[in-house]
Amino acid sequence: MSELTKLTLKAALDGLKSKSFSSVEITRAHIAAVEAARPLNAFVLETPDKALEMAAAADARIASGDAGRLEGAPLGIKDLFCTKGVRSTACSRILGNFVPEYESTVTANLFDDGAVMLGKLNLDEFAMGSSNETSAFGNVINPWKSASGGNKALTPGGSSGGSAAAVAADLCLGATATDTGGSIRQPAAFTGTVGIKPTYGRCSRWGIVAFASSLDQAGPIAKTVEDAAILLTSMAGHDPRDSTSLDVETPDWAPYVGRSVKGLRIGVPKEYRVDGMPAEIEKLWQDGIDWLKEAGAEIVEVSLPHTKYALPAYYIVAPAEASSNLARYDGMRYGFRAEGGNLTEIYENTRAEGFGQEVKRRILIGTYVLSAGYYDAYYLKAQKVRRRIADDFDQAWQTCDALLTPTAPSAAFALGERNADPIAMYLNDVFTVTTNLAGLPSISVPAGLDSGGLPLGLQVIGRALDEGTVFSVAGALEKAAGFRAKAERWW
Amino acid sequence: MTNAFTLKGRTGDWEIVLGLEVHAQVASNSKLFSGAAVGFGAGPNEQVSLVDAAMPGMLPVLNKYCVEQAVRTGLGLKAQINLKSRFDRKNYFYPDLPQGYQISQFEFPIVGEGEVIVDRIDGTSFTVRIERLHLEQDAGKSIHDLDPKATYVDLNRSGTALMEIVSKPDMRSPEDAAAYVKKLRAILITLGTCDGDMEKGNLRADVNVSVCRPGDYEKFRETGSFSHLGTRCEIKNVNSYRFIQQAINVEARRQIEILEDGGKVDQETRLYDPTKNETRSMRSKEEAHDYRYFPDPDLLPLVLDPAWVKEIEAGLPELPDAKKARLMADYGLSAYDASVLISDGEVAAFFEEAAKGRDAKLVANWTLNDLLGRLGKDGLEITASPISAADIGALVGLIEDGTISGKIARTVFEHMWDGEGAPAAIVEKHGLVQITDTGAIETAVDALIAANPDKAAAVKEKPQAIGWFVGQVMKETGGKANPAAVNEILKAKLGL
Repeated sequence: MSELTKLTLKAALDGLKSKSFSSVEITRAHIAAVEAARPLNAFVLETPDKALEMAAAADARIASGDAGRLEGAPLGIKDLFCTKGVRSTACSRILGNFVPEYESTVTANLFDDGAVMLGKLNLDEFAMGSSNETSAFGNVINPWKSASGGNKALTPGGSSGGSAAAVAADLCLGATATDTGGSIRQPAAFTGTVGIKPTYGRCSRWGIVAFASSLDQAGPIAKTVEDAAILLTSMAGHDPRDSTSLDVETPDWAPYVGRSVKGLRIGVPKEYRVDGMPAEIEKLWQDGIDWLKEAGAEIVEVSLPHTKYALPAYYIVAPAEASSNLARYDGMRYGFRAEGGNLTEIYENTRAEGFGQEVKRRILIGTYVLSAGYYDAYYLKAQKVRRRIADDFDQAWQTCDALLTPTAPSAAFALGERNADPIAMYLNDVFTVTTNLAGLPSISVPAGLDSGGLPLGLQVIGRALDEGTVFSVAGALEKAAGFRAKAERWW
Repeated sequence: MTNAFTLKGRTGDWEIVLGLEVHAQVASNSKLFSGAAVGFGAGPNEQVSLVDAAMPGMLPVLNKYCVEQAVRTGLGLKAQINLKSRFDRKNYFYPDLPQGYQISQFEFPIVGEGEVIVDRIDGTSFTVRIERLHLEQDAGKSIHDLDPKATYVDLNRSGTALMEIVSKPDMRSPEDAAAYVKKLRAILITLGTCDGDMEKGNLRADVNVSVCRPGDYEKFRETGSFSHLGTRCEIKNVNSYRFIQQAINVEARRQIEILEDGGKVDQETRLYDPTKNETRSMRSKEEAHDYRYFPDPDLLPLVLDPAWVKEIEAGLPELPDAKKARLMADYGLSAYDASVLISDGEVAAFFEEAAKGRDAKLVANWTLNDLLGRLGKDGLEITASPISAADIGALVGLIEDGTISGKIARTVFEHMWDGEGAPAAIVEKHGLVQITDTGAIETAVDALIAANPDKAAAVKEKPQAIGWFVGQVMKETGGKANPAAVNEILKAKLGL
């Protein structure tokens, strides 16, 4: 493969700016990489013609001195983002060949800054899954393989498995992703990439197919912390078309990466030491603590007492919102429609054939917890738990500036391994759902390898709107970890 | 409250209890959560935005103008304005509901308790307590009769802002229910928050009907316990005063029959069919929806600035009740006349224009009896009246200064209706000036007495027989003689 695909986004932008190569050249290199990587199944739609057209336009703007922040950089777009004139499916059968007439705010922001779209990336159906196995297009395969696990195909994590795999395999310089319970951070951890979920409200949800509105947040998956900072700066911003979008300034986050963490107080929440946590994860966490201590940060033990209720609360709130958000997929106006003898049959057949098993499971759970007689016991209770979890964090910020935890309780597992047991699958999110419930920024940084040579990630959580500190701490971890490993190419 | 309407049954007397949910479309150029235009008469699906069609990833953004109209209406209903309210999703499937849920306000409405003072035809009034007013989206329209097999959907109305105004069960007769809607409509029109057009469905009522035995309702009012009342049925979407009354009558009768046969009324939603004059069940109990209400996570709680509410309050127009009191005080009108005038703001404005410098009671009579009667016959609104307020005033002026009699004025009115112009010109043109020249009247009286000596003699015995002479003189003069002058001269000449 061309050396151009091995560049970080930062290096590529520098090269484009200095005209060392053109956008068309680096885009062609990535198109070739995407084609060659079809066995990974990371892309569900390749858009090479559009990519080259956008690249040529980017080159023209670079030539005329009108280059934007991301001018000419080829990116992958998670297929949960609606892209104008380009099929957008949420990797569900029910959307069929839906082609939106509109561009999501986040992708529009990226394209306005000059980014080039290579195609649409695979995900768990409607972003519901932690292994990418619920996609109507079949699962993505993790570019990484375990030295100790034979030649088994591994999950890239989910739901943004396509985004994480594509970045890890150098198929794009960076990718958009979304995170409802860990869907950016867990795949990033499983693929040795960086993924940040910003503060709820930083990125507009307009034009992103909704899963759980109060938890969904877009963010980038990138090769480095700095790349993630550059991408998030472009993606974020107030959008009056999303009532939950925050009307605040978007800082330029790249300069925060590399800033000293000296004097910062880093909290280590004791409740995240869960039973059965692999020793390798424990060790990685300790490494992280040591690295930050060496970099001059102060380590403090903190307590987030309601952590154990986070996962159950999440699996009530998210399906409840999803059951309502997905009601619009009824076969009446767009997407897939099955035949039936009457209206009820059309609804039943369309939704029975259009949705996959996991989506149906969550719609059923969500419908149940919102039902008359159960609402108070489930939904209302879960909302109260949510409030307590947010209060826990507020309490923690009294004594620390950021938190350090593992991203996921394990490294990437084999495809098919946890399909049969939804609870085992849901446990993947145990360290990540808390920040969705509290709306806080959190990043996953690759920090080491397990005994089988698979990447492991550490998570940094910050105060609301304090992505700056999160990027600084993540930068310090990245530097100290010196993580350079790449998946060995087998595809 | 005392004169409750009673229905006679086989087993004794029954009373009815009525509560209304009025849906008033907010007079707004754009929808509640999208920028799409609102209008009547656009082609099917021409006023639909991506949000209204519930395309993937689309989000609602609250329309501030609609919120302002709800606050105005709340203030007009003398109701509590809730500075914090919330939007919830009401979930159900139907093809004209693209999102699969209606955004409404379930637990925390924008407006709380208020009241409406309702005027009856007999001049008495009663109070209907308002329970709440909330904002919600309207659904689209399903059209079932274009094709035997298919249903067509028009989403123009989808997402339009509605105010649902919920009353307490404070109405006790079909007439009272209609009078309440009439009064509410007048308030909404005065506020400008709803155009009140019932034919277009911009104002429609869901009527909750139950029946009980005499005395039960009083127990309910004392205790607040609904156990004293019968099971209610909700009649959906009734859109005229006449249908409201007919629907209540026929539904109450249906319930009484069930109860007297030893049955029990099922709580259900029913539809009124005016052609058959019956109510029909819309959906059975088994099909009853569980709407799974929950707070809409796409929208933040609605928080109002108290200063903004104050500002809206300061800009309120004169409300019908205040106007009624003022009309009674300033013009000496009866409660009845004043309440008819305020039932339509345009009529009151017309009256006030016409009454400038005139005998207000006469103007009220001419406006309410003659003009409104004539307009009603032709199905016209006062705004489309062929006679202007100034001309009604001028007509009354001619009566006041004795130029014409009240009787002649009716003739002049007819000519005015036919578009012949100002009353003075009509009087001139048709020679309708009243004869006040006593000489001419005396001549006529003399001739009459000479020709009828027997009658002249008889009238001395029976003075009320003078009416015959008056009639004859008026006939002779083509009705133009001043009746007072005729009377006076006759009395003198007949020696009464």
